Amino acid sequence: MRCRTCGAPAIINMRHHKLSLCAAHFPDWVVKHTAKAIRKYRMFKPEDRILVAVSGGKDSLALWDVLLALGYHADGLYIDLGIDVGGGYSTRSRETTITFQESQPRTKLHIISIPNVYGESLAALAKRKRRTDRPCSLCGVIKRHEMNRIAMAEGYNVLATGHNLDDEAAILFANVLHWQIGYLRRQGPVLPADGEGLARKVKPFCRFYERETAAYVLVKGIDYIYEECPFAVGATSIRHKETLTRMEHASPGTKLQFYVNFLRAKKEGLLSSHDRARPDLRMCPQCGQPTTAETLCRFCRLWN
Amino acid sequence: MEVTYRDRTWTFDEALTVEQMLKRIDVLPESVLVVRDGTLVTEDQKLKPGDRVKVVGVISGG
Ligand code: SF4
Ligand SMILES: [Zn+2]
Ligand SMILES: [Zn+2]
Repeated sequence: MRCRTCGAPAIINMRHHKLSLCAAHFPDWVVKHTAKAIRKYRMFKPEDRILVAVSGGKDSLALWDVLLALGYHADGLYIDLGIDVGGGYSTRSRETTITFQESQPRTKLHIISIPNVYGESLAALAKRKRRTDRPCSLCGVIKRHEMNRIAMAEGYNVLATGHNLDDEAAILFANVLHWQIGYLRRQGPVLPADGEGLARKVKPFCRFYERETAAYVLVKGIDYIYEECPFAVGATSIRHKETLTRMEHASPGTKLQFYVNFLRAKKEGLLSSHDRARPDLRMCPQCGQPTTAETLCRFCRLWN
Repeated sequence: MEVTYRDRTWTFDEALTVEQMLKRIDVLPESVLVVRDGTLVTEDQKLKPGDRVKVVGVISGG
């Protein structure tokens, strides 16, 4: 296969786009398509200050790299959950993130250690809350809270995460399987900051297949952490991804259409009867962040 | 050729395309990238008997 742009040997063939590209032109294509998604979904403007949630994995490091290549003011946030069962996952992912940041001298990396700040690792917290089987929901609460807290404290108005098309299609699949209307209303490339004390949340990679973000870091020689969080083993999201990947194999473009047509249908009014992205918010009396809870927010309740 | 994927290794004596090799190890091309001598290769590429091939999984969880 040959690169469509220059005719050199291709390094990737994207059947869903009927497009193959070489090692020089594929990264350019990723950068251009990210810029296109940012414009299409009106994610942010050149003057915005962006905080990228980085985990040391391929998607978040690729996203940070691409946003810097596009000239945005983008700094990183690494949240250390203290996941050191299974041989130091948090330590290694943190080191990988730091190494990347050191190659980008104009950027800043904020590191928050959950055990240091709140006195407990994710595993210890899961044990106390009797959720050792699946700490991911606690993890989600912590990450969302801390991302927003640091964004507000450090003056960022946009929070960017590395969610890719495979992630979004798997979330959509799960939301549709259970008809989670509230989640479906909020799912999308942008979650506006409608409320005091909230940063706008964006997913600039939502139209890239996971295979494409992986190819980007491999071609660019970005060192990323290949191993998974030990708690990801057996996650339902992986099963959903595998199902969707089999469908994609039989019919290229399935995932992209599933997601993009959902967004289009939503724009045309699907789910719009109570179309408010966020429900009524109050201020948490302990941490001051917006919450839907009557008293303390979900995050603060974790530590009480 | 020697093919590694996750913790497993396969050896094949004959020339195969990337697509044929992935079929042999029962992996969908949509879920991986294939690297030969540090370079990504597309499904139609011929792999030769002496090649060292690394199959990189791209589907992550969590
Ligand atoms: S797999 Fe679960 S616990 Fe691990 S980082 Fe992801 S959400 Fe958190
Ligand atoms: Zn080219
Ligand atoms: Zn709170």
